[in-house]
Amino acid sequence: MNQRPVLDISDLPTFGHGPRSPTWWGTLGFMALEGTGFALAAGAYLYLATLWPNWRLSAPVPNHWPGTIVTLLLVVSLVPNHILNGYAKRCAMGPVRIGMVVMSLLGLAPLVVRWFEFPALNIYWDTNAYGSMIWVLLGLHTTHLITDVGDTIVLTVLMFTHHGYSGRRFGDVGDNVFYWDFVVLTWIPIYLLIYWLPRLG
Amino acid sequence: MSSADLTNERDLPPGRETSATGDIAPERDGPRDTGMDDASLHRWLARTWRTPPGIIGALSSVDHKVIARRYLITAFLFLCLGGLNAVAMRVQLSGPQRGLIGPDLYNQLFTMHGVTMMFLFAVPIVQATGIYLVPLMVGTRNIAFPRLNAFGYWVYVSGGLFAWVSFALSMGPDVGWFAYVPLSGPEFGPGKRADVWAQMITYTEVSSLAVAVATIVTVLKQRAPGMSLDKIPLYVWALLVTSFVVVFAMPAVMITSTFLILDRLVGTHIFNPAEGGDALLFQHLFWFFGHPEVYIIFLPATGMVSSIIPAFARRPAFGHLGLVLSLIAVGFLSFGLWVHHMFATGLPKLGASFFTASSMLIAIPNGVQIFCWLATLWEGRPVIRTPLLFVFGFFFTFVIGGLTGVMLASVPLDLQVHDTYFVVAHFHYVLIGGSVFPLLGAAYFWFPKITGRMMSERLGRWHFWLAMIGFNAAFFPMHIVGLWGMPRRVYTYPAELGWGNINLFISAGAVLFFVSFVLFAFNLVHGALRGTPAGDNPWDAGTLEWATSSPPPSYNFARIPVVTNVEPLWAEREALPVAAGLRVDARELIVSTVAEAHPDVREKSATPSIWPLLAAIAVGATFLYSIFTPWAIIWGAAPIAVTLVGWFWPKGDPEDEE
Ligand code: HEM
Ligand SMILES: [Cu+2]
Repeated sequence: MNQRPVLDISDLPTFGHGPRSPTWWGTLGFMALEGTGFALAAGAYLYLATLWPNWRLSAPVPNHWPGTIVTLLLVVSLVPNHILNGYAKRCAMGPVRIGMVVMSLLGLAPLVVRWFEFPALNIYWDTNAYGSMIWVLLGLHTTHLITDVGDTIVLTVLMFTHHGYSGRRFGDVGDNVFYWDFVVLTWIPIYLLIYWLPRLG
Repeated sequence: MSSADLTNERDLPPGRETSATGDIAPERDGPRDTGMDDASLHRWLARTWRTPPGIIGALSSVDHKVIARRYLITAFLFLCLGGLNAVAMRVQLSGPQRGLIGPDLYNQLFTMHGVTMMFLFAVPIVQATGIYLVPLMVGTRNIAFPRLNAFGYWVYVSGGLFAWVSFALSMGPDVGWFAYVPLSGPEFGPGKRADVWAQMITYTEVSSLAVAVATIVTVLKQRAPGMSLDKIPLYVWALLVTSFVVVFAMPAVMITSTFLILDRLVGTHIFNPAEGGDALLFQHLFWFFGHPEVYIIFLPATGMVSSIIPAFARRPAFGHLGLVLSLIAVGFLSFGLWVHHMFATGLPKLGASFFTASSMLIAIPNGVQIFCWLATLWEGRPVIRTPLLFVFGFFFTFVIGGLTGVMLASVPLDLQVHDTYFVVAHFHYVLIGGSVFPLLGAAYFWFPKITGRMMSERLGRWHFWLAMIGFNAAFFPMHIVGLWGMPRRVYTYPAELGWGNINLFISAGAVLFFVSFVLFAFNLVHGALRGTPAGDNPWDAGTLEWATSSPPPSYNFARIPVVTNVEPLWAEREALPVAAGLRVDARELIVSTVAEAHPDVREKSATPSIWPLLAAIAVGATFLYSIFTPWAIIWGAAPIAVTLVGWFWPKGDPEDEE
């Protein structure tokens, strides 16, 4: 077909932050589907909890302290996470490197405490359905935590190489910030479901 | 759009700085397409966008057309396999007390048939059609996240192979395509068969989800300049809505199958009522996915119909906005219907009435769509060709399926015919009428674009009539035998019941229907090798995929079109308005704004890579191994991590660095 140039786009930038970039939307898409998975798992838990009048099925209450410490660590990590986002937007290499190292450590810290959460549930996954569901919820979130921390560490290393000096990489840092928010946000309802709902019954 | 600021003189622009600030290496600018003559433009783009030669090259391809072609062929092969399952079942049922197939094999046959048709044929083929067409229709050069798309394909084929190899080893799932507990649970489902079902489902849905995300982002962010929301083609809208439904529905089946495998492998009690679990929970979770699944199959088919009808009615679709709104309404409503699959489980009355009402409500937007299509045909000057014939076949069949669907939505009737052949007849009318016939029409319609050649019109008409007659002969009598009380999923029946003759008739119809697919396959191969050359736009249709050559070059469009109308090619008959200014030595495409499609970024698109295949192998091996031990997840983590790092680590191409 014949063509007729009507538009010059040669001056467009080669990357954009946040919603300007396709990667941001892809991240959002994955959050939507993972969030749906979380919501359905939580829904299944609530379904069983309302089905059985004596929910917790005479198991001992979980010890909430490791979980509470994880929650505090995660909430605190939001502050440096967002400071990092500001530097990523400005493509400032020095502070971004520091921020990425800090975020890697703040990702590993809750993971260490998470290790102690499983025994603190005070029940095994194969004891009864209550035990199964809280293990499943904690397991789901742990999988998320591990993958995101792994991702953060790889990106941190990348930012210390010459590949880091690129708009795309700073965009990746921004998306990593965004995803970490999601990991923290999904934890709050799961924390309440695992540690506080059983205390109601 | 203004053309004032176009500079035509330069081929290689002087080194210029991009607007970016901060610690960024300056862009190493390359040659741009502005003012380049067609021959050099083609040479540059062909070199930049090509799939590398050789086997490794082919396995590294990230071209959406290459991936889509593989997907289409694979899905068609799975259709044939699922069809062979069906023929085997029909041979066994063609008379009372036949001894060809025993109950154990029969159980595997109908399960493999259902699983193959739903998970390995129907969903993948509509997604594959989208992978091919959506980037072309929105006027871009590749799908968003091309490597993720390639990964999706590898996951899909390996998942399908896994199921079929298990079947060949007599390890095929035998618990029905929805694998209800307790039958599939640890107590009643010994051996590995139900595990194969569970892991195969979780695994292949990864691919569906990957494709859905890639499709959504392509539609939202990569539309050609000017293609504002109101100018998006209806087919693309259909795929967008479908992809959203996938994103919110597929996780439900993955959760279901994961819970099942946990119950079976590590002794959780999620579905075990004796230990505080619940078996009905399985059904709720499954159908929260299962009903939308029907629309995941059906909505893209409506998009195909909405593309075919305007092309042959020679006018834009009547009620474009109404069609878009109906698509969205169906997408939402599809989540409010799942309980109608569970009327026989003794749910509270009020709840059941709600789901009856919503099941009938969804008939409204579907009715609006049918009305708009008929109005388009009425107002136009229809030219009857094979694609349109299949659209008529779709109308006829789908309306019958819809009618029996409304019947089944009423609880008393459902209780009567639950698990009889009436239901088997109903869902084949909906699935084959609502999806397979539009797909066949679409095959005839877009085949020339994909191969550059036409399929035979004469064989096409034979195919159509054979399919219609075979289909109705096979499935209409199933309503009757269902009302007589013949249950589904039985491997035989006694002669005294008097169902012999009608079943023989059904089986003959099924064979005829199968033969129609053989004819279709012949027409495909014959068309690809000998068909008359098609040219760019054999049907004189109006959407962008017809603006480029058939088959399209690796880069899709030499210059990105600028869109001014829903049917851009009808609005701009003289010359297509295009944009200039992209680099030709790196894979650049235009990222635009979500609503207005204003050009916003010159984005780089990923280069070919073998890593998605390696990642799929790592993930697949982990899933396979997990059937035998839960430790597989730990052992698999390392190879998966390595392949993912390999995938994302920049290799120094401009596509990675800038
Ligand atoms: C050659 C064409 C086909 C024939 C002759 C055929 C025949 C059958 C028969 C006889 C059954 C019932 C088996 C039983 O309950 O004992 C069945 C089940 C089923 N069919 Fe088909 N079918 C065909 C195509 C399709 C297609 C294209 C789809 C989907 C897109 C499909 C989806 C299903 C499903 C989901 C089941 C239920 C399996 C189960 O009970 O778990 N079929 N088919
Ligand atoms: Cu349904």
